[in-house]
Amino acid sequence: MMPMGRTRLAAFDEMLPDASSGPRKPYTAYERWLREQDPARLTEKMEDAERVFRKTGITFAVYGEQEASERLIPFDIVPRIISGREWRRLTQGIEQRVQALNAFLDDIYHRQEILRAGRIPKELIARNAAFLPEMIGVRPPAGVYTHIIGVDIVRTGEDEFYVLEDNARTPSGVSYMLENRETMMQLFPELFQKIRVCPVENYPQLLRQSLAGVAPSGAGGEPTIAVLTPGSYNSAYFEHAFLADQMGVQLVEGQDLRVVNGHIAMRTTEGYKQIDVLYRRVDDAFLDPLTFQPDSVLGVAGIMDIYRAGNITIANAPGTGIADDKAIYSYMPEIVEFYTGRKAILGNVPTWRCSEPDSLKYVLEHIAELVIKEVHGSGGYGMLVGPAAVKAEREAFAAKLAANPGNYIAQPTLALSTCPVLTEKGLAPRHVDLRPYVLVSDRIRIVPGGLTRVALKEGSLVVNSSQGGGTKDTWVLDD
Amino acid sequence: MPSNVSLLRVNLMLLGRTANGLYWMNRYIERAENMARLVDAGLRMALTRTEDASGEWHSVVVSAGSDAAFANRNTEYSAATVTDFLLRDTSNPSSVMSSIETARNNARMVRTALTRETWESINEAWMALKRMLAAPIDDRELPAVLDRIKRETALIRGAFYGTMLRNEIFDFSQLGTYVERADNTARILDVKYYVLLPSISWVGSTMDNYQWESILRSVSAHRSYRWNYEATYRPANIADYLILNGRMPRSLAFCYRFINEHLELLAGDYGQRHACHETAHKTRSLLKAGSIKDIFDSGLHEFLVDFIRDNTRLGDEIAGDYSFC
Repeated sequence: MMPMGRTRLAAFDEMLPDASSGPRKPYTAYERWLREQDPARLTEKMEDAERVFRKTGITFAVYGEQEASERLIPFDIVPRIISGREWRRLTQGIEQRVQALNAFLDDIYHRQEILRAGRIPKELIARNAAFLPEMIGVRPPAGVYTHIIGVDIVRTGEDEFYVLEDNARTPSGVSYMLENRETMMQLFPELFQKIRVCPVENYPQLLRQSLAGVAPSGAGGEPTIAVLTPGSYNSAYFEHAFLADQMGVQLVEGQDLRVVNGHIAMRTTEGYKQIDVLYRRVDDAFLDPLTFQPDSVLGVAGIMDIYRAGNITIANAPGTGIADDKAIYSYMPEIVEFYTGRKAILGNVPTWRCSEPDSLKYVLEHIAELVIKEVHGSGGYGMLVGPAAVKAEREAFAAKLAANPGNYIAQPTLALSTCPVLTEKGLAPRHVDLRPYVLVSDRIRIVPGGLTRVALKEGSLVVNSSQGGGTKDTWVLDD
Repeated sequence: MPSNVSLLRVNLMLLGRTANGLYWMNRYIERAENMARLVDAGLRMALTRTEDASGEWHSVVVSAGSDAAFANRNTEYSAATVTDFLLRDTSNPSSVMSSIETARNNARMVRTALTRETWESINEAWMALKRMLAAPIDDRELPAVLDRIKRETALIRGAFYGTMLRNEIFDFSQLGTYVERADNTARILDVKYYVLLPSISWVGSTMDNYQWESILRSVSAHRSYRWNYEATYRPANIADYLILNGRMPRSLAFCYRFINEHLELLAGDYGQRHACHETAHKTRSLLKAGSIKDIFDSGLHEFLVDFIRDNTRLGDEIAGDYSFC
């Protein structure tokens, strides 16, 4: 009996695709260095890394676990390496996708051409909880809806990349990208002298420029930017504080903010001061108790009115969730083509929409081969990895699926590429994915790198940190 | 050399909530340290005067301002119960463990206002003390534990003084430190004020000597006293040292010198004075002009009660004047 989330698939290994030949080209210099290292020293470095993370307080909270209220995301010291050529192709695909996402959002909240053209079923939008009627007819400052996007990409072969998810609401994890690099440079400075790796540390400056670039027109030359956090008990609080700190802007909570003279203002030691751009890490539902959940204390009463009046930029805009909903995801190839006039450079993973009777039938018949996800789920919760589940688990899931098919999509179980991690018994391959971070304002900015998540359990395909996943430093080579 | 260098200065605003977090973070760090000192003095007293150890531990709890809470949970005042309550008990909001925990929670909240070194020193203190105070403390370990607490808070202070910019973030932090310290010193004196009263002091028994030394020890001043006054302990000198001596870092006068200094810096930066400035100025003048004879004549206990009340009011005024919440 295999535990949940484990399968044995023949996967593409990014360092050593087959045992007979040597490492793939991007890894050659690193692999040579690695072979010269004393294993005991590497183990020591791994312990050093953990100490650094613990001391710095780079922790996250796991919901539902009382005991370990602050845990570390395990960090693996073997980098994931991407060549410059691979990266250029990825960025083209990502840029195209991000343009399409913003065009789609603008269309969906205005003329809805894509629905009129019959490319997406109307009810998919109308009955979708992520669609905010309050946003109809609202055009955000600079016309940008989703400013910060984390596109989850998986690889299955030398030239096979797929987008698994478009995180267009509030993608997290960028602080790990930065801290992982910082830690690697502390642990192995000699590696960075040997191998030319593109820097990522200017991300906070780019983020700040990007946010300043979408300030309301009335904000003047130096707009005031703030990061809105749900508070220090939130699982991603470290990242909120980190980004505010690195950008040199205020980290605010809902209780610090109110409407003053038609603007959003924060309570400072000298009274209330106006904010022009709010990078919010609070979900739509909690943003404005007057418009959405009335009992929310995390948001600001009346902020939606100020937003509609064009006096504040909210990044990402409310209602962007409609673009990264898993049911919409399955239409992304059509969406990209509709708005850019070209075929999508980056493919989707084939997806069955269980709301469609034929698809549902297929999914129920092939449940043992598929991965089934909730349309609104995230974090690896509420999903079934068919090949890894036992019969009873599959049957229980099939019952849920049949009862509410519209709530699910299914995808083939992809053999995600692997990358070696350092284990107690030496190097061993583990499945990985990749989340590059994209910034959209007057132009699109992508830092060369991203967050590589790795499923640390042998054979596991679930990379989410809440499900035992770890992270790696991601190198884009300057070659 | 470029002649027209223009400096672009960014005026970073400070959230009221952040000022509040900085203020309380420092109050609790100060409290943790003072608590360790108080237990240290109690331990010394109990070792010296074994016939009434329980009475000594009782007065330690009273000095800590925690007698009611202690009595709710314990029936006897002993080294074990008091030490546990003041160092480890998380149901006691002023125990060292609770204080460090609260200080760290506040530090986490205001993290963007702190240097990396400052934050890490607090985080590491929390990690170390959490480990050390996880299980009841063995008598033999107590001196080492107290030492470690003082060392951790000293490291925090060192990181703070060594790396923090001298701006309003620093000012609000220092206000927390000195308001807390003044409160602690005043309470220690008030618990033992009767041993300092002239009518008893003329007796000057050995027992009194121990009591006097204990007061000094609980503010780590038993050695420096001798650098400032004659070698024998005299109650009036001790009171003068802890209340009026502007060079003694835990005296009320010293605390108010710096409270005033930081409030004046804030008034300068913000271009505005508030009620807290008035209150602080009044107390400072009183301490500057006062003589220990006048204080004894009008009643030491009364003086201390008034001081503690005014000091608490100052804290409330600072919170109100600078939009802490």
